[in-house]
Amino acid sequence: MTMLEIRGLNTYYGESHILRDVDLRVLAGEMVCLIGRNGVGKTTLLKSLIGLLKPRSGEIVFEGNGMERQPPHRRARSGIGYVPQGREIIPQLTVEENLMLGMEALPGGLARNHRIDPFVYELFPILQEFLSRKGGDLSGGQQQQLSIARALLGQPKLLLLDEPTEGIQPNIVQDIEAAVQRIIAEKGIGVLLVEQHLHFVRQADRYYAMQRGGIVASGSTSELSQDVVDRFLSV
Amino acid sequence: MQLLLESLFNGVAIGSVLMMAALGLAIVFGLMGVINLAHGELMMLGAYTTYVVQMVFKLPAFQSIYGLYVLVAIPLAFVVSGVVGILLERTVIRRLYGSPLETLLATWGVSLILQQFVRSVPLAHAAGLILALVLGFGLPLVLPHRFFEGARARINRAITWAMSALGGVLLAGVLASQISRIARATSRNVDVTAPKWMRGGIEWMDITFPVPRLVIIVMTIVAVVGVTWFLNRSVWGMRIRAVTQNRSMSDCLGIPTDTVDVLTFGIGSGLAGVAGVAVSLLGSVGPNVGGSYIVGCFMVVVLGGVGNLLGTVLASFAIGLLTDLIGAGRLLTIWPDMPSPLAGTVTFFATTSMAQVLVFALIVVFLQFRPAGLFPQKGRMVEA
Repeated sequence: MTMLEIRGLNTYYGESHILRDVDLRVLAGEMVCLIGRNGVGKTTLLKSLIGLLKPRSGEIVFEGNGMERQPPHRRARSGIGYVPQGREIIPQLTVEENLMLGMEALPGGLARNHRIDPFVYELFPILQEFLSRKGGDLSGGQQQQLSIARALLGQPKLLLLDEPTEGIQPNIVQDIEAAVQRIIAEKGIGVLLVEQHLHFVRQADRYYAMQRGGIVASGSTSELSQDVVDRFLSV
Repeated sequence: MQLLLESLFNGVAIGSVLMMAALGLAIVFGLMGVINLAHGELMMLGAYTTYVVQMVFKLPAFQSIYGLYVLVAIPLAFVVSGVVGILLERTVIRRLYGSPLETLLATWGVSLILQQFVRSVPLAHAAGLILALVLGFGLPLVLPHRFFEGARARINRAITWAMSALGGVLLAGVLASQISRIARATSRNVDVTAPKWMRGGIEWMDITFPVPRLVIIVMTIVAVVGVTWFLNRSVWGMRIRAVTQNRSMSDCLGIPTDTVDVLTFGIGSGLAGVAGVAVSLLGSVGPNVGGSYIVGCFMVVVLGGVGNLLGTVLASFAIGLLTDLIGAGRLLTIWPDMPSPLAGTVTFFATTSMAQVLVFALIVVFLQFRPAGLFPQKGRMVEA
C-alpha cells in the first residue's frame, strides 16, 4: 500500500532550481533510503515533504491526502515525523519537555497526552538519566537520540530521518541503527532515510539515488551495485 | 533606616509599573523578535479603559459598588489592550515578519494612529468598537466548530460579525447617552480618581506608604507570578517557550505557530493594558501617556537580557531605585555635607526628567561592558 507519493516536485531556493521533477514513493512499513553526494537536494526534498520549503509545483500525497498546501504542523499532525539534520533540539527546555513536545502531533496535542511512552527509554536509556537536563547541554549523539525519540512520541506513520549518523561517535551510530531497525520491526511505520554510511544504507529495503536535484537511479538495496555506491555515496 | 525603607519603597513602586509593561514587551520581543513601538499606546488604552470604567461606575445604578471599579478595570484593560494587540499582530506585524526595521516603522505609525484615535473619537464609540472586536474574535472560539464549517460557513461568519457590530453600536449608544463626558471627543487629559479605600496611606514604622502604590505593587506581583506560572507550567506556556527558541522545528513537531503568535501577542499587550491601569492611578491620563513609559520599558528589556523574566524583574527594580535615588535628590539627604561642586551636580540631576537622562546614560555605559544585558542566554546552542 502506498503511503507517500511524490509526483513532479520542483523546489526553488530563491531563483535557483533545487529539486527537478522528483518522483518518489514510500510504502507502508518500508524503509527507503535516499542517497547522493552533498548538495544534490536530499535535505531540500525532506524539507519540502515536512513543509519547511514550499515547492513551486508538484504533488505530495500522504495517505491519499494532498499535503502540498498544508503548513508543517498540520503535516506533523497527520502523521509525518521529522528528525532534521542538526537535530534541532529546543535548547533551553529540559529533555523531558523536549520529549513532551513530541506528543504535540498526537490528537489533542499536549493537553491530552502527558505520559511519555517508556518505549523511547528502552530504545535510548541515556535519555531517562538526563530527563531534567537542558536539551542544549547534551552531546551531539545524545541530542540525536533525543530528536529521534521526540519524533517517535508523535506516533508517526512516516518517519523522515535526515543523516541521523552524521558527525556522531561510532558506538552511538550503532545504537541509532539498531533503534531504527527496531522501530520499523515493532511499529511497522515507513521510514525515509537520508544517509551516507553504506552499512546503514544496506539495511533499507529500497534506495533512490539523487543527482543535481533529480532522481537518477532507484531499486532494491540488495541489488545496490558497487558502481552505484561509488557514484552516489561520498565515502 | 527610615530613609532606606522609603527609598526602597518608592523605587519598587516606580519599578513595578515599568516591570508590568516591560514584561509584555519582553515576551513579545523574545518570541517574535518584534519591537513593538505601539506598546506604550497599548498602556494608554488600558489607562483610558480605567477611566471609562470609572465613569460607568459613577452611574446611579452602580453607585453602591463604586469602590470596586479598579478591580473591574484590571481584567477589562487586559482584554481591551489584548484585543487591539491581536488586531495589530494580524493586520500589520504578521505581514512584516522577518524585517525588523519595517516593523519598527509600522508599529511607530500605529502608535501615532492610536494617539490620534483617542483624541478624535469619543471614548463611548471607542468602547463600542472594541466590544465589537472582542465579540467578533471571541464568538468563533465559543460557538461550536460545526457552525463555521461547510457550505454556510461564510454566511455564519458574516452573521457573527454583524451581531458583534450591532453589540458594539448598542454599547456605544448607551454609553454616549448616559455619560455625557465620554460622548464627545476630547484631546485634553482626563483624571482617574482613586476610590475611597485607595486614598491615604498606611503608617508603619513612622513611614507612610501610599495605598495606590501598594496596590500597584500587589498588581505587579500577581502579574509576575501569573506570567511565570503560565510560561513554565501550562501547556500553552511550553508551546510559547518552544516557538521562542526554535520556531521552524516547533512547527514541524505539530505546534500551531500562528495560534502561539496570536496568544503571545495578546498576553503581552494585555499586560501593557494592566500596566495602563497602574499608570492611571499615578497621574492624569492623556493621549501621550504611553510615550513617557515606552523608553523606560525598552531600557528594562535591554538591560535585563532579552527573553529573560528574572532579568526583566531585576532590571526594572534597579532602574526604579536609581530613578528614585537620583530624581528625589536622596543622595544629598544621606550625605548632607558633601562638597559643594558635587552637591551642585546632584541637585542638577534631582528632577524626574534629568534623573532619567542620568539613568539612561548609566545603562549605556553598562551595556558597553555587558552588551547582552544582566543575564545573557548561555549554553551550547546559543552560538549556533
